[in-house]
Amino acid sequence: MAAATNTHVDASLIEHDVYTDDEFLIGGQHTLATIGDKIGSVCLGDTVTPKAWWATFLIGFSLLQAMVVGLVWLFYMGTGVWGINSPVFWGVAIVNFVWWIGIGHAGTLISAILLLMHQKWRTSLNRFAESMTLFAVMCAGIFPLIHMGRPWLAYWLFPFPNNMAVWPQFRSPLTWDAFAVSTYFSVSLMFWYVGLIPDFAALRDVAKTKIQQMVYGGLAMGWRGSAIHWRRYEKLYLLLAGLGTPLVFSVHTIVSFDFAVSIVPLWHATIFPPFFVAGAIYAGFAMVIWLAIPLRHFYGMSDLITKKHLDVCGKIMLGTGLLVSYGYFCEVWFAFYSQSIYEWDTTLQRLFGPYWWSYWLLILTNTIIPQVIWFKRFRHSEFWLFMVAGSVHIGMWFERYVIITTLSRDHLPSSWGRYSPTMWDYMIMFGSMGLFLTLFALFLRFLPMISITEMRELLPRAAGGRDGHAVMENAK
Amino acid sequence: MSTNEIAPETWGILAEFTDADALIAATRSARLAGYTRMDGYSPYPVGEVADELGFPRSEIGAIMFIGGLVGATIGFLMMSWVSVVDYPLIIAGKSMWSWPMFIPITWELLVLTASVSGVIGLLALCGFPQPYHPLFNVPNFARATRDRFFLAIEAVDPNFDLAGTRAFLAGLNPASVEEVPA
Repeated sequence: MAAATNTHVDASLIEHDVYTDDEFLIGGQHTLATIGDKIGSVCLGDTVTPKAWWATFLIGFSLLQAMVVGLVWLFYMGTGVWGINSPVFWGVAIVNFVWWIGIGHAGTLISAILLLMHQKWRTSLNRFAESMTLFAVMCAGIFPLIHMGRPWLAYWLFPFPNNMAVWPQFRSPLTWDAFAVSTYFSVSLMFWYVGLIPDFAALRDVAKTKIQQMVYGGLAMGWRGSAIHWRRYEKLYLLLAGLGTPLVFSVHTIVSFDFAVSIVPLWHATIFPPFFVAGAIYAGFAMVIWLAIPLRHFYGMSDLITKKHLDVCGKIMLGTGLLVSYGYFCEVWFAFYSQSIYEWDTTLQRLFGPYWWSYWLLILTNTIIPQVIWFKRFRHSEFWLFMVAGSVHIGMWFERYVIITTLSRDHLPSSWGRYSPTMWDYMIMFGSMGLFLTLFALFLRFLPMISITEMRELLPRAAGGRDGHAVMENAK
Repeated sequence: MSTNEIAPETWGILAEFTDADALIAATRSARLAGYTRMDGYSPYPVGEVADELGFPRSEIGAIMFIGGLVGATIGFLMMSWVSVVDYPLIIAGKSMWSWPMFIPITWELLVLTASVSGVIGLLALCGFPQPYHPLFNVPNFARATRDRFFLAIEAVDPNFDLAGTRAFLAGLNPASVEEVPA
């Protein structure tokens, strides 16, 4: 079935594999029924749960307990248990917040932006990438809340008439952030759920046990694939994608405003919004690679997430990595060219001051190491792609670490200080990774990790599909 | 089963097809034969079926547009009222009605309310959640979310006639034709 006539893909990708379609996006010889069975059988428990799933779940769940312990101590003692003190009041908690929310953005990018751009390869990745977004935003959202000192008053962030007769400060980027992140989470959740409705119906109709039928049937809400319903559904899906695209840019722009609207040297920069958005997509694609490669191996999904997908993800990671590196260059150049002594001296502190190692580690992991993706040998090797993505995770974490340690030496030398995170910082940080792993493991086990409906549509016409998602054409 | 026994309790007649193009062709034939109360069912969206059913455009766009506009307007007015009337504070020397600072939240509220109204609109228009539907009485209909395409002509159609409609659907070369009990 492999049609080796497609000139857009280089021959090394196809090797000896058999593909259902001409674009090397679906391996094997799938039909409408087999593709649903393959994805659905994991949810229905017909596929043996891989040992690696248990390892992931147990590691994640253990780390989650560390987070619980960390949070109990934090709530009992207050934010003093963290390493934050004058002049660095924004510590690792904010680093983690930005790191997680950045990771989340690739899910929306894959789902929404690539949909608008008619990229068929998004179809295998969008579901688990959207789940990644949701869970990453949950992890991100925890940090600003627990950073408040009095997290039980978190609802004060939102405007509501109250007997203190006060309102939030609508000119503050921190208030914008509360709206941006909560909107982002809500819209991502709706987009994810709407996408899942037809898949829930598909699971309901093949489920064997009463509980599965009731749960998936309840979640499907009576979906029966009516043409009238599909028309509304596709319009909604397209419009949510259309709104999600500017939303994802606005959210990370607002996150960058938390820094850029201040007057701290090197924070008060117009480069921040685009630089943050590029970094978010960079980190997110690294996480997509980290999730896709294990799915290929442990769940045998290499026929649905093919080498072509990894190749494209690697290229996007490289492209956004170059944008981010350009941002690093611009930061230094702006500081030099502005002739502001504060900007330039803070830059020198960043490059050669007490935290010099974190800056150069950032350059190494985010700018230098990812350059190996230029070479096909590395891009087509799952091992190296995984390693490079790991390097990007470290690099993107240090990017935000470098930003917050800027606070240690700014305008006033008399108030210079040092910052180092404590054990409690790290416990909650690694604990948030445990939360992510736990939620993602549960998602893999109980929800379709790849969109059944969209994969069916992606099948070539000869196999019963419509040769790719036609949402743009059908949405009216 | 004889016609007399089930006629009052028939919801409609369901024809099964093996591919999307057959469903499109069958829907067109049914429309040309004068049927109006019918629907196609498929495991993935087939836009041409909705076109043939005479549903060229959904209401979702208008709903989301209005929802977003209302949410953004209310949000912007709320911030203006709070900042100018109810709780005026001078922040960074800006004027009370420093409206550019309200744009980020206005935008976020636009996206939020447009999306919420779109999702609620979809559910309301489709009548979801709907735990029971007569079609679920047909065991074979489970394949509508798997690998089969169905056309159902409903008993409420003015042209519906149990034997006649059944014969009409059987003439469209379906994989099966079944009566759907109400």
